[in-house]
Amino acid sequence: MLGAYLPIIVLLVVAACFGLGSVVVSSLVGQKKLSPVKLQPYECGCEPVGSAQERFSIKFYLIAMLFILFDIECVFLYPWAVLFKRLGVFGLIEMGVFVVILFVGYIYVWKKGALEWE
Amino acid sequence: MAGADVIPDPMEITLVIAKIGLVLLVILTLAAYLVFAERRILAWIQDRKGPNRVGPFGLLQPLADLIKLLTKEDFCPPAGDRWLFFLAPAMAAIPAIMTFAIVPFGAPVRIFGRDLPMQVADLHVGLLLFMALSSIAVYGVALGGWASNSKYALLGSLRGLAQLISYELSMGLSLVPTVMLARSFRLSDIVAAQEGGWFILYQPMAFAIFLVSILAECKRIPFDLPEAEGELVAGFHTEYSGMRFGLFFVGEYINILVLGGLAATFFLGGWQGPLLPGLLWFWGKVLAFAFLFIWIRGTLPRLRYDQLMHLGWKVLTPMALVNILATAWWLYLAGSSPL
Repeated sequence: MLGAYLPIIVLLVVAACFGLGSVVVSSLVGQKKLSPVKLQPYECGCEPVGSAQERFSIKFYLIAMLFILFDIECVFLYPWAVLFKRLGVFGLIEMGVFVVILFVGYIYVWKKGALEWE
Repeated sequence: MAGADVIPDPMEITLVIAKIGLVLLVILTLAAYLVFAERRILAWIQDRKGPNRVGPFGLLQPLADLIKLLTKEDFCPPAGDRWLFFLAPAMAAIPAIMTFAIVPFGAPVRIFGRDLPMQVADLHVGLLLFMALSSIAVYGVALGGWASNSKYALLGSLRGLAQLISYELSMGLSLVPTVMLARSFRLSDIVAAQEGGWFILYQPMAFAIFLVSILAECKRIPFDLPEAEGELVAGFHTEYSGMRFGLFFVGEYINILVLGGLAATFFLGGWQGPLLPGLLWFWGKVLAFAFLFIWIRGTLPRLRYDQLMHLGWKVLTPMALVNILATAWWLYLAGSSPL
């Protein structure tokens, strides 16, 4: 079965060579005239204050968590979609119940204000 | 390559390598010329000339851009993370190139007495591989912005991260009806299932959701908030220069081609079409999508961030879910009659 994936692996190697190779060539060919000011993070001419790798808004974590939850639901939908015809009315009702439960959770998340940005 | 052989015969390997070389050559050239085409078309939309100095009609402009990018100073912020900074552009470009492996770009041809599918790898789980690779592409944006240690870059990458994962959800959900109609994850089966009628006819809603989602996945206007040059300088790649920036840039254009190709495969019948050969149909559809993207960029303003998240979570996602249920109901009522 690995044979089918062989072209993907070859393409990965070729693409990686392209990606890393072009960066290496660029660093060899390009000029190097660094100065202390040039090495500062770009902030439109202002002196940078502190590090940028700091805490950021909790909203982004929330979105990431919601994504994980909903993406797992999405993963459940895929095998069902392939076998939809074979599962017949059982599959239809089962997935209907599943999506309705999903919708209840979705409405809860919405009402809790997790999807609001202000 | 669909066979279960552990060791494929040399002929097969040669053909596969030839196909990989061809695909790589075509998409890299097309991506370079897409940049040029975008500049010319935007200029045309805005009633100015655009780049027309390098070579006839400016056709050598992509070459000039490449030389310029290669000879620029290669810069790495000392306070950032060197390895992640090095890795991030590659992480953005490689998945885009790899996704092309699963796209069937032409009708199978008979060559040297065997059927050669115009596709690098016809996987059983092609659609799932596409979803996986598009998830990996998010890392390029996230790591690049984080490793730069610049506030603009961090803001751009956080925005980009939230945007990409939000729209990935609606993109994934909009493809479920396609799988239900084709009853397969294999992209060649999905194309074959559209012989009687393109899926856009049965699934206009899913197509609309998919189109908006891939616009957001490409980080194109009106969804270019990770870059948003008016407010974030250049967003997640503010600190990047030379070919590192070039990789982000070319990755974005390869992404346009690949996602256009996938939209054509999932909804517009792939390489199928009357009269003309499959290769022409497929690439024509891809270029039509590319033109549409450029046209949209020349026409629409950028969304606000709350509008962007609102559209993704409160409009597209529930619409896609309802569409799945409606499709299931409709297919059930249609019974066993084949589409």
